[in-house]
Amino acid sequence: MLKFDNVCKRYPQTGDVLRGVSFHLQRGEIAFLTGHSGAGKSTLLKLIALMERCNSGEICLDGQKLSHVKNNQIPYLRRKMGFIFQDYKLLHDRTIFENVALPLVIAGYGHQETTRKVRAILDKVGLSGKEHKFPLALSGGEQQRVGIARAVVNKPPIIIADEPTGNLDPELSEEIMHLFEGFQQVGVTVLIASHDIALIERMRHRVLKLEHGQLFAG
Amino acid sequence: MKIRRRRQTQEVKVPKQAKPVRQEFKQNRAAGGSVKDKLVIYRDLHIQAWFCSLLRLGKTPFASAITIAVLAISIALAGSFQLLLINVQQIAGNLETSAQISLFLRENINENRANILADTLRKNPAIESVQVISKEQGRILFKTFGNFGAAIDMLDENPLPVVLEIMPKNTLDDKGQIATMVNTLKQRQEVGYVRMDMEWLQRLKAIMAVARRLFVVLNALLGFAVLFIIGNTIRLELNNRQEEIMITKLVGATNGFIATPFVYTGFWIGFFAGVLAWFIVALLMVSLRIPVEVLSSNYNGNFHLLFLSVGDSIKLIFISALLGMLGSCLVLFNQLKNTNPQ
Repeated sequence: MLKFDNVCKRYPQTGDVLRGVSFHLQRGEIAFLTGHSGAGKSTLLKLIALMERCNSGEICLDGQKLSHVKNNQIPYLRRKMGFIFQDYKLLHDRTIFENVALPLVIAGYGHQETTRKVRAILDKVGLSGKEHKFPLALSGGEQQRVGIARAVVNKPPIIIADEPTGNLDPELSEEIMHLFEGFQQVGVTVLIASHDIALIERMRHRVLKLEHGQLFAG
Repeated sequence: MKIRRRRQTQEVKVPKQAKPVRQEFKQNRAAGGSVKDKLVIYRDLHIQAWFCSLLRLGKTPFASAITIAVLAISIALAGSFQLLLINVQQIAGNLETSAQISLFLRENINENRANILADTLRKNPAIESVQVISKEQGRILFKTFGNFGAAIDMLDENPLPVVLEIMPKNTLDDKGQIATMVNTLKQRQEVGYVRMDMEWLQRLKAIMAVARRLFVVLNALLGFAVLFIIGNTIRLELNNRQEEIMITKLVGATNGFIATPFVYTGFWIGFFAGVLAWFIVALLMVSLRIPVEVLSSNYNGNFHLLFLSVGDSIKLIFISALLGMLGSCLVLFNQLKNTNPQ
């Protein structure tokens, strides 16, 4: 599903950030990406999201070589991924419904289908009945669930989460993780960047550890 | 210990048989549905963007009003130039029919001799009509249409000569033919001075050609100003909504999708500026009407101020709305390409 092959990323200012990173995530696999800050976690995620391009090596997503993806094709590729952020990145001037519906509207779904899908996913993340509220009226945990709902509403084959529990207490974090396991059950690949060691150990999933731009264990 | 290949340990939970990815997952380029459904969805999307951009303008009424006012003034200037041209052209049109030649006879020529001359001239096939204006008639005309009436009364003797007003046939469009006629008339011993209205009409036409060219250039400049003002407004709006754009891009939006509401914002700004500009021009016309009527009556003219026709008004608003959309496109394509999620 997601394959890194000897990927290197170098920034002119900071030098090598990723050095020869290789791993392969199967379809329906959950993996944690850990490492100290500055170890290259964010860079790795940016490479997957095509916010950055790698200097050498190859990244394959769902059989598609990312180096072959032209700039104008990036939007279509991103629709295959669901992104979840530490700061949720919700649109504050739009309701929960509109936030979650955004990927569907972009992908060109009709009104009825959008409504149905959004209702279903909000129900799944336990937010039904709150679709007409605005994000700031919700607690952190709820906002993150909105973020998750938005990421998975279009049923992408891979979910990329950047510190999804960074702002949440342990109990909420566990809940969120169980949500991810639920998606895994239906064949979705999940990559979670996190430095919550306790949580990672409790969850007992595959761990990719980055240190100084190199990948250990996994 | 650098691991190049994936190594599965026992702890790692990998479902033995992950369910196959459902077909829906593959639909990443566009959602399913017939072409008709897609068109309906596309139309709805545009209608929504159209209304949303209007609502968004309303959310910042002060900033929107200022932008629209600036644009309206520029557009009103262009509209006024156009209107000025239309009206001056109307005057020129009125004068065109009065391409007459005035023969100022020598002082010693009395009315009888003038009448004989007039009869001779009337036989000329190139001449439509000849009107004799006697010294007395001249004095009366002078008093009616000028402010020198009193000055004339003060003189003992009427200094005005007899004048023959000759209207050439309309078939004499050729400047050369009229010039020949003028030359033959000049050579007559009774004639003191020949004045041809054509000359200043020609000059007026030349001046108008210059004015028209000038207005075209000025209007083009104003059009560019409108384009850039709207472009700049949209650029600021893009900067304000940078975060939203980045999020939308991460969720897979194309530049076209993101650009649509901004293009409509440009449309609305241009549209409202066009409407306001129309009112400004209308106000200008209302304030000019009375002085122009006075001027017109002074010149014995049947000249009335022309206002923008319905067609011209629609054109004005249409062009400004179009400029709004173009102005936003101008900025959007460059700016969105360079706005990438960080």
